[in-house]
Amino acid sequence: MLQIECPWCGGRDQEEFQYGGEAHIVRPDNPESLTDTQWADYLFNRANVKGVHAEQWCHAAGCRRWFNVLRDTVSYKILAVYRPGEQPPGGEE
Amino acid sequence: MRKDRYSIFSLARNAVSYHQDWSEAWRSPEPAPSYDVIVVGGGGHGLATAYYLAAEHNVGRIAVLEKGWIGGGNTGRNTTIVRSNYLWDEAAHLYEKSLKLWEGLSQELNFNVMFSQRGVMNLGHTLQDMRDIYRRSNANRLNGIDSEILTPAQIKAKVPAMNVSSEARYPVLGASFQPRGGVARHDAVAWGFARAADARGVDIIQNCEVTGIRRENGAVCGVETSRGYISAKKVAVVVAGHASVLADMAELRFPVESHPLQALVSEPLKPVLDTVIMSNAVHGYVSQSDKGELVIGAGIDAYTGYGQRGSFSIIEGNVAAIVELFPIFSRVRMLRQWGGIVDVCPDACPIISKTPVSGLYFNCGWGTGGFKATPGSGWVFAHTVARNEPHELNAAFDLDRFTTGALIDEHGAAGVAH
Repeated sequence: MLQIECPWCGGRDQEEFQYGGEAHIVRPDNPESLTDTQWADYLFNRANVKGVHAEQWCHAAGCRRWFNVLRDTVSYKILAVYRPGEQPPGGEE
Repeated sequence: MRKDRYSIFSLARNAVSYHQDWSEAWRSPEPAPSYDVIVVGGGGHGLATAYYLAAEHNVGRIAVLEKGWIGGGNTGRNTTIVRSNYLWDEAAHLYEKSLKLWEGLSQELNFNVMFSQRGVMNLGHTLQDMRDIYRRSNANRLNGIDSEILTPAQIKAKVPAMNVSSEARYPVLGASFQPRGGVARHDAVAWGFARAADARGVDIIQNCEVTGIRRENGAVCGVETSRGYISAKKVAVVVAGHASVLADMAELRFPVESHPLQALVSEPLKPVLDTVIMSNAVHGYVSQSDKGELVIGAGIDAYTGYGQRGSFSIIEGNVAAIVELFPIFSRVRMLRQWGGIVDVCPDACPIISKTPVSGLYFNCGWGTGGFKATPGSGWVFAHTVARNEPHELNAAFDLDRFTTGALIDEHGAAGVAH
C-alpha cells in the first residue's frame, strides 16, 4: 500500500490517487509525417522499467491535479514527487 | 520415452520398495556450449514450448534456461482456471486449441495434470452485462465452443451457496456457462511438461539467469547467462512479467506493462463449490481446490510493478465481492496471499511472434490469463520457432499488429479472468 505525497495536498493514502502510466511521453508535433512504426512506438510501446520509473499520478479524490512520481518498481518505494513540467530530481529520468 | 513410465504397475512395483527407488523425473544437466534452440523461461509456457519443439518438430538440441526453479513464477501463482470462451475469432480459436490439448494432456505427457472439467460460470450483474454475455456466448457457439446461458434459478440449482437474491447490492441476473472449462493442477503442468521434454532430450537448466542476448548482423547468436555464454541458432523468450527486461537486452521496445496480480487461498473446507465462478462486474473469481481450499483471484494493481506483491485495497475489494456473492464464506479464514507479475498488452491479447532480430522470438503479453493457454501457447510457439513463421492460429498475435492497428480487443472476455 502506497503513501503518496501530493505536491499540493501532502501525504495521502494510495486509494485517493489514480495511476496515469509512464511520464514524459511527448506527443509528436506532426503525427501525419510519422511512419506507422514511429506512431505505434509513441502510442503503445512503453519502457516498463524494472527499477526507477517516472510515472504520472492524479489526486483523483483530492485536488484532482496531475503530478509526477519517481518510484522503484521492485521495492515500490517512492523516491521523489514533482509537478508537471518539471524534470525529475537528480537530472534526467 | 523413458522406461519408467508412470502407471498402476509402476506404482505397485515401487510400493514394494517403499517408494525409495523412483527415478528422477528430469535430469539437471550442465549447460552445453551451444544449442539449436534456447527457450528462456522455465514456466509452463516455456516448458510446453520445449516439449512441442522436441515432440513435433525436428529441431535438434534444445535447452530451457530458468533463472529460479521451474514453475516457480506465474505457473505456481495463478488460480488454475481453464476455459476458451473468448469473444473474437482469433482468441477463441487459440484458446480452444489449448483447451483441446488440455483434454488429452495427462495421457500425452504420462503425468496426471488433474484437469477437472467442472465448468466455468461467468456472472452478469447488469442488463449490459447480460447483453455482453449473450453476444459472447453466441460468438462462442458459432466457433464451435460450448456455451450455455443460465438463469438465476439455474445458477442457484448448480451453486446453492451463492446469493442470487434480487436484494443483493449487485444482483446476479444470469451467467454464461462453459461446461468443458475447469481447473488443473498448476505444478503438475510444469512438472509434466518438464518430465516429458526431458525424456525427449531437452536440457532443463535451472538457476541459470539470462543476462544478455548476443547478436551479430541483426541475428541472434546466443545468450549471456549467470553460468556463462551459451550459443544458439534460435532464442525463444517466454518470461511473462519480465518480457520488457529481456526485450531491452535486444534493444527492442514492447507494448507491454508489468503489473502485480494477487490471489489468495483459504483454509481447507469440506466440498462447497464444484464449479468455477467468475464475475467481471464485482471483480472476483473463486473455485475450490481438490484439497478443499477456496482459491480466490483478485485484480491487478493499476501501477506497474515487478515486486510480486500488490496493494491491500485490491484484496479488500475482491474479498468484499466474494462475500457479497457467497455470504456463507464470510467467516472463512484465509491462509495465504501472494502476487505474481503479469505483462499486460493494450488489447489484453498475447504476443506470439518473430521479432526484428532474426532468430529471436517472443511469447509474452498473456496478462492475467496465461495459465489456461499453457499447452496451446507452447504448441503454436514451437511451430513459430521451428518453422520461422507463425501457425495460422497465432498469425494474428504478431508484434506487427500494434503497427497495423489490427488489435484484438479481448478486455471483455479477458479483463478479469484467468
